[in-house]
Amino acid sequence: MSELTLTVMRLGFLAVLWLFVIVSIQVIRSDLFGTRVTQRTARRAEGQRQQQQQRPQQQQRQPQGGGGRRARGGGRNAPTKLVVSEGSLTGTTVALQGQTISLGRAHDSTIVLDDDYASSRHARIYPDRDGQWIVEDLGSTNGTYLDRTRLTTPTPIPPGAPIRIGKTVIELRK
Amino acid sequence: MSSNLTNTGSNTTVSPGGLPSRRNTELAMLVFAVLIPVFAYANVGLAKEGSLPTGMLSYGLGLGLLAGVAHLVVRRWAPYADPLMLPIATLLNGMGLIFIWRLDQEPSITHKATGGEAAPTQMMWSALAVGLFVLVLVFLKDHRVLQRYTYISMAAALVLLAAPIFFPAKYGAKIWITIPGVGSLQPAEFAKIIIAVFFAGYLMVKRDALALASRRFMGLYLPRGRDLGPIIVIWALSLMILVFETDLGTSLLFFGLFVVMLYVATERTSWIVFGLGLSAVGAIAVASFEPHVQGRVQDWLDPMQAFKDGSEQPMQALWAFGSGGTLGSGLGQGFSRLINFAAKSDYIFATVGEELGLAGLMAIILLYGLIVERGIRTSLAARDPFGKLLAVGLASAFGLQVFIVAGGVMGLIPLTGMTLPFMAQGGSSVVANWALIAVLLKISDTARRPAPAPAPSPDAEMTQVVRP
Repeated sequence: MSELTLTVMRLGFLAVLWLFVIVSIQVIRSDLFGTRVTQRTARRAEGQRQQQQQRPQQQQRQPQGGGGRRARGGGRNAPTKLVVSEGSLTGTTVALQGQTISLGRAHDSTIVLDDDYASSRHARIYPDRDGQWIVEDLGSTNGTYLDRTRLTTPTPIPPGAPIRIGKTVIELRK
Repeated sequence: MSSNLTNTGSNTTVSPGGLPSRRNTELAMLVFAVLIPVFAYANVGLAKEGSLPTGMLSYGLGLGLLAGVAHLVVRRWAPYADPLMLPIATLLNGMGLIFIWRLDQEPSITHKATGGEAAPTQMMWSALAVGLFVLVLVFLKDHRVLQRYTYISMAAALVLLAAPIFFPAKYGAKIWITIPGVGSLQPAEFAKIIIAVFFAGYLMVKRDALALASRRFMGLYLPRGRDLGPIIVIWALSLMILVFETDLGTSLLFFGLFVVMLYVATERTSWIVFGLGLSAVGAIAVASFEPHVQGRVQDWLDPMQAFKDGSEQPMQALWAFGSGGTLGSGLGQGFSRLINFAAKSDYIFATVGEELGLAGLMAIILLYGLIVERGIRTSLAARDPFGKLLAVGLASAFGLQVFIVAGGVMGLIPLTGMTLPFMAQGGSSVVANWALIAVLLKISDTARRPAPAPAPSPDAEMTQVVRP
């Protein structure tokens, strides 16, 4: 075997070995950056652009996710995620897939509020039969506000309206 | 430590965002991991014979078959398991087989007296190991079952560790159980898994007592006297291994594992200080009167003198690293046959260093590091404290073993008779380490499995919405 071939193979083998290591680290990346906490204020415009790109994928995925009820009445304008826009949890998002989302300081809430003004079971957000999302106050001490009005009955959430619980503000987004 | 993590895991405040199962990633990586050793095989053949080796196809198919079976079993019985551990283990095992096969081609170290060719036997052991891997994945439904056997596993580990005392020493260390007609077995390899189970079960129950009931003294939290009991027992045990079996590696592995797990369970730095202090005292005391250990330390401090006195291997290994340089001599073109009979087992790392050079050695060490990283990552993701501790224990036992072997061969610490996981010749080691990977995969499957979707509240259906 010629010297050249062997040298090429030797270096080639090292390259392939390192390629394996690098590919492995690429696979790990999804774990390292896997938490979905996004800084909202600075990258709002960018985020919206990304949402528009992601929407077709998400719509395909949702029927599998168990949100069959939502698909009927929701249509194109139905919100797909819940975003915390103010308060200590700013940036947290939860995908809306037809499940009930409970908010409060209790540990088993979907979103655990770390907010002095929140009750342990403060409010919940759920879809009704038409796929319209409803927010309901669960008898909290300091109340749940939709825009500026304090909730007394379960109320449908208009698109873009902020829901205020203590210092935390939540919105539904597409 | 654990309760906070558990909560964030289940209620999606900040969640790792439903990890996909990643099985296809694993398959792609596995194909890659099988192709690399085949490339190496061709490379060795071309370098030594000038032609492609005849066994290349069957070897590639064999490794591919093992990897394929392992993958299908993971797909079926641990669908959410970590995607990287299996490919990396396959690659390391495949590379180990290549290096052993490559050393088999050296007539000066492969003859009847040294057991003849080792690669076919090693291949058979690898197949057995994958068999055990499959059995663990299929029959261990949930790693928490192991928690029930906390004290039984302590007893089993003690028996396994003590057994070699009654068998004759090989190469100066009593770490073998010899069964006439069947072969010999290194029980410490299996004991490390079992003792990790014991430590995890024990510390899960006792960690609060160990962490909280302590007095503060000079910035360190000193544990109470009665809580010191277990650590002293383990310390005495590892010293006894050192004295009666004259095996520094096993002793270091078990004590190190215990200190790591104590630290992880209690978050008290003082345990590390204690542990290091105790092991230093023990090691110095034993080294001062045990001739075998003393000899090893002398070889380590002055390998050149040892070379002149007839203990040539430590120096030969260092020369092998040196002659490899940065990029290595190329597969099949090194002179590690000079390391003599231990080249395939204890000193295989020197062959890797010579033929792949610093660049290749770093890649191999990184691969070991990645397995440890995946283990610790699994532990972070695990939702139960027992699983967390067990994953940390297994990963750190694996990491410590690599450190002890690699450090020994490179001259960083005195050399001990441990095997490099997956690569070195030795059936017990391959079998035990595949079982270790299987347990880790099982824990990671439980940890990464998406939490069941919250049950829809029955009220939600019934509520009549009053529109204003």
